Amino acid sequence: MGQSGSGLMTSVDLTTTIGNAWFPNPIFTASGCASSGRELSQFFALRDLGGVVTKSVMSKARTGRPTPRMAETPSGMLNSIGLQGPGIDAFIAKDIPYLIEQKARIIVSIAGETVEEYSTLARKLRSVSGISAIEVNISCPNVENRGLVFACDPDASRRVIDGVRRTIGGELPIIAKLSPDVTDLVLIARGVVDAGADALALINTVLGMVINLDTMRPHLGGKTGGLSGPAIRPIAVRAVYQVHEAMPTVPILGMGGITNGRDALEMIAAGASGVSIGTASFGNPMALISIAHELKDLLSAKGFTSLRDAIGFAHRIEEA
Amino acid sequence: MALINKNAAQISATLVSNNRVGQYHQLIINIGDLAQACKPGNFVAISVGGETSSMVLRRAFAISRVSSSTTFGGTMELIVAPHGQGSRWLCAQPEGATLNLVVPLGTAFGVPTEPVQVLLVGGGYGSAPLFGLAETLNARGCRVDMLLGASTAGKIYAPMEGKRAVNSLRIYTEDGSMGQMGRVTDPIASLIKDMNIAVIYSCGPMAMLSAINAITSQSDVVHQCSVEESMACGIGICMTCVLPVADETGAVSMLRSCIDGPVMDSAYVQWDKVGQVL
Repeated sequence: MGQSGSGLMTSVDLTTTIGNAWFPNPIFTASGCASSGRELSQFFALRDLGGVVTKSVMSKARTGRPTPRMAETPSGMLNSIGLQGPGIDAFIAKDIPYLIEQKARIIVSIAGETVEEYSTLARKLRSVSGISAIEVNISCPNVENRGLVFACDPDASRRVIDGVRRTIGGELPIIAKLSPDVTDLVLIARGVVDAGADALALINTVLGMVINLDTMRPHLGGKTGGLSGPAIRPIAVRAVYQVHEAMPTVPILGMGGITNGRDALEMIAAGASGVSIGTASFGNPMALISIAHELKDLLSAKGFTSLRDAIGFAHRIEEA
Repeated sequence: MALINKNAAQISATLVSNNRVGQYHQLIINIGDLAQACKPGNFVAISVGGETSSMVLRRAFAISRVSSSTTFGGTMELIVAPHGQGSRWLCAQPEGATLNLVVPLGTAFGVPTEPVQVLLVGGGYGSAPLFGLAETLNARGCRVDMLLGASTAGKIYAPMEGKRAVNSLRIYTEDGSMGQMGRVTDPIASLIKDMNIAVIYSCGPMAMLSAINAITSQSDVVHQCSVEESMACGIGICMTCVLPVADETGAVSMLRSCIDGPVMDSAYVQWDKVGQVL
């Protein structure tokens, strides 16, 4: 039976797993689009989500990139935040206890400038209780040196994940967050799974730019930014589909422009075990909750009794 | 850590009226009981473009005034310049249209507990929230004087009824087409000297706020300003609308103008570092 069997429609079991972590439903915040949950909790209870994926945290407090940090684009936006955050110690002291108190399931996203920094972050999180999984963000586009985007380099990606896996031990699921800005995504995905990633988060934002015609210069303070929103959804669906096809047993947290229940189901059918919602929350603070309801109704209307049956369904149709 | 306005809610609301006032539109929106939770300085974030819109982000507008009428219940007034794609859509909405709002958001102007002398300084349609503030300050017994400035006459927003709460109003335009030729900041230093001004409240372009700060930082006058940085969400989750602000210890951090602002104590804003990397 589903977790919320009170509806009039056929009950749908929305539970999902990522590695050994269990979640009551497949709807998650996207890292960097919900801070640590406090602001959205003004609009709904965080425990009603599958989980909160916190904003990628680094070893030290970081002020991020100069403003302007955003530009709206057709059906999307560019952001150029540059991993502004409090640093891991303040995060563990303030944000984790808050999320536990809210009875939210927590996926902590970490980001580093070096392979060692990721391991250091993993070491600090190892002894923290109440965390469901760790997302290793190796694909943030908003760093000064594009060479630092580990996810664009198969070897660097592997080294980061290997370091985190060795440090954290075998218990906590590791989700590697990858960039779509690569030639062969499956190659990079295989590499991080071989190195110890239990799951993949697909996709991070797509590197983009807007030129301001008043100044005739790049609009963003950081010049380039990450494109998000419905504009990138087909790219995300393609990425999830390709990776699921290559590695059907590896759970995928799918994201990129999901705005409603049908978008979520599309991602799930492509192969996602869960979906993250980012930019949609900027336009609609209740997006996560309405997407969860719409997904449940849509699954029910299509005759699914369990979310699990819909994961990767688009591949099965092809085989038939 | 600052928290989101505790009264903030997402609602569907009816546009009661939409009137063109010079280069601006005056929108009156029925927000029911939430009107009582709106304070001068707070803002609203509005979805634009309709359900199939390619504009994915809300637009933020300062609330210029709220009132409770027997006909419509609680309403708020916005003064909108139809400059961008989103604000043009909003200004084209007919009376009776349903709007999706998140309101009230952000910090409010601090109102003195004593009836002191205050100066309100507005740039362009940044003057809009100052008229609501003037009524509140007037009711508190403060003497309220106002300076409004813009590049040209058409960009001055100064409604007749708004002037009732103001002891004096001086207008400055850069091209001299209305009031005195010059900048709104020109007379502030001498006004501080001649009058016993305790607080300056300001709303307008960042350059104007910074120029006022340069004057007030040489005096004991408190300067509360409503800052402006481009925002994606308005509710504190996107981290785009940040500016550098010091705390009591002098430590500078990037604060969100949607949650720690828009109203800030100008003395703590690091004006020379706005738009820079710290």
